[in-house]
Amino acid sequence: MAQIFHPSTNTFSKVSIFGALFLIGGALWGLAVLNRSGYATQAGVAREQPVPFSHKHHTGELGIDCRYCHTSVEVSASAGIPPTQTCMNCHAQIWSDSPTLEPVRASYRSGESIEWIKVHDLPDFVYFDHSIHVSKGIGCASCHGRIDEMNLVRQVSPMQMEWCLDCHRNPAEHVRPRDEVFDMAWWTDDQAALGAKLIDEYDIEGRDDCSICHR
Amino acid sequence: MRSPSVKTDRRRSRLARVARAIAIAAVLAGVLGGCRQDMHDQAKYEAFERNEFFDDQRASRPPLPGTVARGHLAEDAAFYLGEADGALVATAPVSLDQALLARGRERYDIYCSPCHDRVGTGNGMIVERGYKQPPSLHEQRLRDAPDGYMFQAITNGFGVMPSYAPQIAVRDRWAIVAYIRALQLSQAATATDLSAADLAALRAHETSK
Ligand code: HEC
Ligand code: HEC
Ligand code: HEC
Ligand code: HEC
Ligand code: HEC
Ligand code: HEC
Repeated sequence: MAQIFHPSTNTFSKVSIFGALFLIGGALWGLAVLNRSGYATQAGVAREQPVPFSHKHHTGELGIDCRYCHTSVEVSASAGIPPTQTCMNCHAQIWSDSPTLEPVRASYRSGESIEWIKVHDLPDFVYFDHSIHVSKGIGCASCHGRIDEMNLVRQVSPMQMEWCLDCHRNPAEHVRPRDEVFDMAWWTDDQAALGAKLIDEYDIEGRDDCSICHR
Repeated sequence: MRSPSVKTDRRRSRLARVARAIAIAAVLAGVLGGCRQDMHDQAKYEAFERNEFFDDQRASRPPLPGTVARGHLAEDAAFYLGEADGALVATAPVSLDQALLARGRERYDIYCSPCHDRVGTGNGMIVERGYKQPPSLHEQRLRDAPDGYMFQAITNGFGVMPSYAPQIAVRDRWAIVAYIRALQLSQAATATDLSAADLAALRAHETSK
């Protein structure tokens, strides 16, 4: 029986076996990239909200402090989402007949919650706590980005374990004076010197044992 | 020579093995995928999550009216209400120190400055956008008002100003009152009120400009 393949195809098949390694490698690499991409982490996606509440407007332009609304961020795990009453503090009087604010007024009249759509959502097997990050001098902007420039909130960090660990293993690159935690635009030219000083002062260990986040 | 029947048997069994492997992989993928999602969204409630069980569908339950958390009995009327024996307390029932003033300043800037502005003259950003203008905190009437009066304005609201009790803890309200006193002093202080050292520092600052 005549050979179907010419001997020269041997080289071809060798190359393709070798090539397959690259293909598989490439596919794995592709998966890793995809896994970190905005598509998988949902970073960069602004959520439609029941009321088009704008952080840019309220914090960037009016200069309201984060804690006016997120009252528990310094003392508890959850930053807290403001109740309708907090909006009515001002909107009982200003823009009190704006149609965009009707859901807020309806909620105030009926006592039913406004159902905000969660933007950041860690898996339930991860423990996260805002208060320790605030008290150790990690600014809101280090994790949430320039909230004061966003009309609708979007997630800017991947919020994956790798990302948490990057900072936990190297907190000196991110720590800032406690007074500046709520300042979205804070910036220093000499993070290296400041970081080293604050790590000492705030007694930061930079922990990365599994049990602090998976408890 | 092997019989054809055996051959087909073998082929069938190989097919069956491949099919079984695919089926197992599919089930495994399903199970693992399922597990992953289960663990991502566990049968527990996070803060503010929806819970169909309750009429208002809130998983974070508000305390029942009249309940008191352990250690939170508001016995001390002077501290919690700003009143003692039916009269407003004249001075804040907390010990006054630098830390309290610093805390008061921080809380004042967060919760009051949007309307009363940072020095208390009543020209805050929200007022500029059309909110009713509050009186200046430096009016003589408010300078003479007892600390309890300020405390109650924060706690119960005043006129169109809403109550800030849900947002500000009791001790912080007293810290704010203390800071308002400092503001009032700052806007009416004269050189003679300063200590010699402070005065010298001020002079040095003036001449360096
Ligand atoms: C006037 C009230 C108000 C102020 C001030 C405010 N926020 Fe918010 N914030 C909200 C409300 C309401 C939501 C929920 C709706 C949404 O996601 O936009 C929210 C949502 C968020 C979220 C997303 C939460 C999620 O769903 O994951 C982040 C992050 C956030 N705020 C950060 C900040 C930061 C940082 C500041 C200070 C610069 C700030 N906020 C100031 C009212 C406020
Ligand atoms: C401290 C005062 C204050 C608080 C608290 C506040 N707002 Fe506002 N908000 C304003 C002001 C002032 C404006 C209008 C700004 C302007 O005139 O440019 C505004 C504008 C808006 C608008 C745009 C209205 C329109 O018709 O375009 C929306 C929507 C809104 N706010 C939603 C909210 C929600 C939701 C909350 C509660 C989480 C809230 N605000 C809390 C002061 C406040
Ligand atoms: C170390 C990173 C980090 C810092 C710093 C941080 N956040 Fe967050 N924030 C998160 C993560 C992660 C979540 C999602 C939590 C979850 O899903 O359980 C979140 C969620 C939120 C939410 C939604 C409500 C909640 O608590 O789940 C708000 C509002 C918020 N952050 C505001 C703030 C403000 C204001 C600051 C600054 C004081 C801040 N955050 C600082 C990581 C951070
Ligand atoms: C930008 C820096 C930064 C990022 C990002 C960050 N952290 Fe942290 N985290 C810190 C610092 C600093 C501390 C204080 C650690 C210390 O004192 O050693 C801390 C402490 C903690 C603690 C408390 C540890 C303890 O001792 O009990 C937990 C839990 C935690 N982080 C969870 C997370 C999770 C989950 C994420 C990711 C979603 C995250 N952190 C992302 C900086 C960060
Ligand atoms: C600083 C906080 C932090 C620490 C420390 C940490 N993790 Fe995680 N881990 C996370 C977060 C956040 C996620 C969720 C990632 C996501 O949603 O993609 C996670 C997810 C995981 C997952 C599930 C992955 C998946 O895709 O479902 C495993 C397994 C895991 N961690 C194991 C560990 C082990 C083992 C350690 C110790 C070596 C550890 N983690 C330490 C924050 C942490
Ligand atoms: C949303 C705007 C707003 C905010 C925020 C606000 N106030 Fe007011 N406040 C007012 C207005 C308006 C009045 C005048 C009310 C009236 O006459 O109907 C007032 C009145 C007062 C008075 C009474 C003055 C009098 O005439 O006897 C005091 C005291 C006071 N505010 C203190 C505070 C303190 C302390 C805070 C912070 C915890 C605060 N306010 C936050 C708007 C505000």
